[in-house]
Formats: sequence, C-alpha cells, structure tokens
Amino acid sequence: MAFRIIKDAAARHTFRLFTLAACAMALPLAVSLFLKSLPVLKMQSLGAILFSTEWHPMQGKFGMLAYIMGTATVTGLAMLIAVPVSLLAAIYLAEYAPARFRQMVLPLIDLLSGIPSVIYGVWGIVVIVPAARWLSQRFGAWSSGYCLLSGALVLAVMVCPFIIHVAREVLSTVPFGIREASLSLGATKWQTVKLTVLRKALPGIVAAVILGLSRALGETIAVLMVIGNVPAIPKSLFDPAYPLPALLANNYGEMMSVPLYDSALLMSGFILLVTVLIANLAAKGILRAMQRGQI
Amino acid sequence: MKRSNLAARKIEEGIFKGLMYFSVALVLGTLLLITGIIIAKGLPSLSIQMLTQTPKGGYYLGKEGGILNAIIGSIYLATGATLLALIISLPVSLYINVYTRSNSKLAALVRFSMDILWGIPSIVYGAFGFIIMISLGLRASLGAAIIAVSLFELPIMVRAMDEVLKMIPPELAEASYSLGATRTETAFRVIVRQAIPGLITGVLMAFGRGIGDTASVLFTAGFTDRIPTSLSQPAATLPLAIFFQLGTPFPEVQGRAYAAATVLTIMVLIISLTARLIAHRYSKCITR
Repeated sequence: MAFRIIKDAAARHTFRLFTLAACAMALPLAVSLFLKSLPVLKMQSLGAILFSTEWHPMQGKFGMLAYIMGTATVTGLAMLIAVPVSLLAAIYLAEYAPARFRQMVLPLIDLLSGIPSVIYGVWGIVVIVPAARWLSQRFGAWSSGYCLLSGALVLAVMVCPFIIHVAREVLSTVPFGIREASLSLGATKWQTVKLTVLRKALPGIVAAVILGLSRALGETIAVLMVIGNVPAIPKSLFDPAYPLPALLANNYGEMMSVPLYDSALLMSGFILLVTVLIANLAAKGILRAMQRGQI
Repeated sequence: MKRSNLAARKIEEGIFKGLMYFSVALVLGTLLLITGIIIAKGLPSLSIQMLTQTPKGGYYLGKEGGILNAIIGSIYLATGATLLALIISLPVSLYINVYTRSNSKLAALVRFSMDILWGIPSIVYGAFGFIIMISLGLRASLGAAIIAVSLFELPIMVRAMDEVLKMIPPELAEASYSLGATRTETAFRVIVRQAIPGLITGVLMAFGRGIGDTASVLFTAGFTDRIPTSLSQPAATLPLAIFFQLGTPFPEVQGRAYAAATVLTIMVLIISLTARLIAHRYSKCITR
C-alpha cells in the first residue's frame, strides 16, 4: 500500500518537473542565442547590424540589412499571393462547401501540407524556377530563374494550407444564428459572409494571417533552394535575394573559422526567433481575446 | 448598407463564388501536382540499387551506389528523436490532464508555451541544437541530431496527445479512483489504455515531421556515406541527401536527388496516412 503511494508521489513529482521544464524550454532557446550573439553586439551597435548592408565577416562588418530585406520581401510577396487565395478557399470550405466535399478536402490539404519542405524546394527547382526564367525573358530581364519571385511562389504554396486550416477553424466558431439572421433579412449568401460572418471573424482571420506570416518567416530550406542567395537588396521580382534563415543555413560549415562569424550567424537566428515570437504572441493574444468574447 | 438591386447582388455573389472555386482548385491542384511531379520525376531514377546500397567511390560524380545510408540514417534519427520526445511528451500531457485538472492554470500555461514552441522555425532549433552540441563537447553526430530533432518534435507531440487526452471522459478516471487506484495507476492503466490509438497517431505525426525536417539537422547530423553504428557517429538523412545531391552539377546525381525525394515523399505520406487512419478509426469507437 505504502509503496503504491510512494510510487505515485514519485511519478507525480517527476512528471511535474518534466512539465515545468517543457514549459520553460523557450527560455534557454532565447537566452543561449542571445548570449551567443553578445560578442558581435559588443563590437557593433544594433543599429549598424540591422540597418547596414555591409556584410564583410573578414573585416568584422556584420550589417544584415540585405538579408533582412531579403526575408521581408520574399515573405511579404508570398503573403500577398497566399492570403487572398487561402481566405477565399477557407471561406468556401467553411460556408459554401457541401459537408462531404469538406470532409474529403480538409484532411487532404492537411495531409499534403505535411510534405517536407525540402520536397517543396525540389518542386520549386523543377517547375517554378524554369517558369520564372521563361517569364523573366518575356519581360526582358534575363534572370536565371533563381529569384525573389520563385522564392515567394514556393513559400506561398507552403503557407496556404496553414492559413486555410486556421482561418476555417475561426470561421466555424462564428455562431450560426448570425448567418440565419442575415439570410432572413434577404441578404444573399455572399452578403451574409461579407457583412456579418467576416466582420465577426475578422480578428481571428488577422490572427490566422499573422500565424501564416510567422511560418513563412522561418521557412528555410525550400526558399533557400530557389531564391538565388545573392546578398543584395532585390530591386525587381527577377532579382535574386538572400533571406535571413538562408544565411544561417548556408554558412554553418564555416561558422567557427572566422572570429565573431558564428556570433553574427547565431544573432541572425536570434533576430528570427524574436520576430517569430512577437508575431506568435500577437496572434495568440488576438485569438484568446476572441475566445473570451472581448473582441 | 448600400441599396443594391437583386441582379447586382447576384452578380457579386457569382464573381466571388467563382473566385472561391478557383482558389480551392488552385490550392488543391498545386498540392496534388507537387506530389505527382515529384513522384513522376523520381521514379525513372529509382532502382533497387538506389535503395539497397550505400554510396560507393565517386557516387557524387555519378558513379555506382545508392542512398541506403540516408534512408537508414533518417529512420534511426527520427526513431531516436521520437522516442526521446515521447519520454517527455507523455508525462507532460498526462500531467496536465490527469494530475491537474485539464482546465487549470498550469495546463493553460503548458498549452500556451507548446503553441509558442510549435511556431519556432526549425532552423532555430537547429542553431540551438548546435549550441547544445558545442557546449556538451559533442561532434556532429546521430546523437546530437536526435537531441535537436526531439526538441523540434516535442511541441507537436504534446499538442497532439493533449488533444486526445482532453477527450477522455472524466468519469473513466473517477471510476478508477473510486476503486482505490492512485493517479499514476489510473494514468497508465486506464487513461493511456483508453487513449492509445490517439497517442500513436500523435507519435506518428511527430515522426513524420521529424523524418522530413532538414533545417534542424543541418548543423548537427554531419553527413556521411556510411550507415551510423553508434550515437557518436555522423549520420546522413534523406532531406540532407536530397539537398546536397541537387547542389551538384551532374544530371545523374540530380536524378538521384529526385529519386530520394520520391522515397521521402512516399515515406512521409504513408506515415501520415497511417496516423490519420488510426485517428479516424479511433474517433468512431470512442467511449462516451
């Protein structure tokens, strides 16, 4: 009898320890990356790192603006493509689609979104890059095809299932009575969606988009494979770019040879982590306020 | 609201409905096309030799060999990482659902931090794994990669398991307590037994994510042509093999990258299909 209780207590305490440790895991992640980026921060001001394009590790210059702009442009463009398509698809699946179609399509989208990102990269090289090359020639830009546009298209395809998933869930939480009230006043189905359902679900939709954005920010391999990786601020769709995660991923082998280089690279990881954390916290905050009925 | 006649409203309805059909078709079509193209592109280069041999000398110049090292490496890595993640996730998800009430503050905190961890990009886990590896004095190896991937899998698994355990009716636990069972006995003999199909689904999902992830093992796995025989040896993985082989200028080797991509795609699809089938069957016979 006593042994069973001791066993129970031991298990309870161990499990609680595991739980607390798992909860706090984001902390060592952030702290260790921050500590590793301290050396480069001591040498250069944060402003110089964030807003200078001078990336010369050999001379100890670590301006990341080109990489930050690479990430910003490719993510922005991808969202521009992905958001309207995903929202329209999510609205269709939540409001219009017959139940059987929905039950077939949703798991299929989820299943296919589980395809590893390196596979999306391969697809990008096989399909998107030649297409972008062809398109650039039509516009007289003569790009290799490994460019901003290719990166954005691949990234857009990757975040679509994610935004659809979250947005559809948000839409399905809108109370049914609202739709009935609107329809009974003679509104068409689309008017009902536009004027009542979307208005009610707007904060949640914003959260879905932010979550999609934070996914896109951190996506590494697929984008790196098709975007060309030239560290300059891209001026057109057919220019190559060099996003922040790609910087980290591409240089891992040489990390240790140049002083401060590894510090600068891990700092790029830290910048990425902080950006994604802020985006996630914002989205979570919105969703929580919505659940409590504050918005 | 603007006054609009019925015809105009009908036209608007039609336009947006058309756009919606187009969007759904676009997303679904693209995703199916990707799978189709990868498989079509890889099948011609796929051979028995690819699947049963490790790379021989000059493999990366287009000579003899296969990707067995990467296939086995991936399976070792994902199995190890999934086991490690399971050892932590199962207690965590049991703790918040059995040991505390599942609507407690701690449970909310755990769910929140798992959502946050889940959103962290895998490249950051890779960098963190690298820092751990260096500070433990390890070299790039199977063991180091297992640690990095298990951290990446942890939030996926806890979330999946939590979803399952939340659904178990509390009466089941109450019946067990009333017979004098402790919480631990209830957790393992009643709750886990009831939830086992769902838990397996969670494990398989995490396994599928772990086997396909590249960025988290980029720094920690190392890459080798040999099949690792211990945790301290470097290991190749399928995503890394695809990534590196596509980077070579030889069409032969690139063809093998496509073949490796086909192998990986089929493996991941089988794993997640199995996971979903188990979840589906389970949801039909849940005790209420």
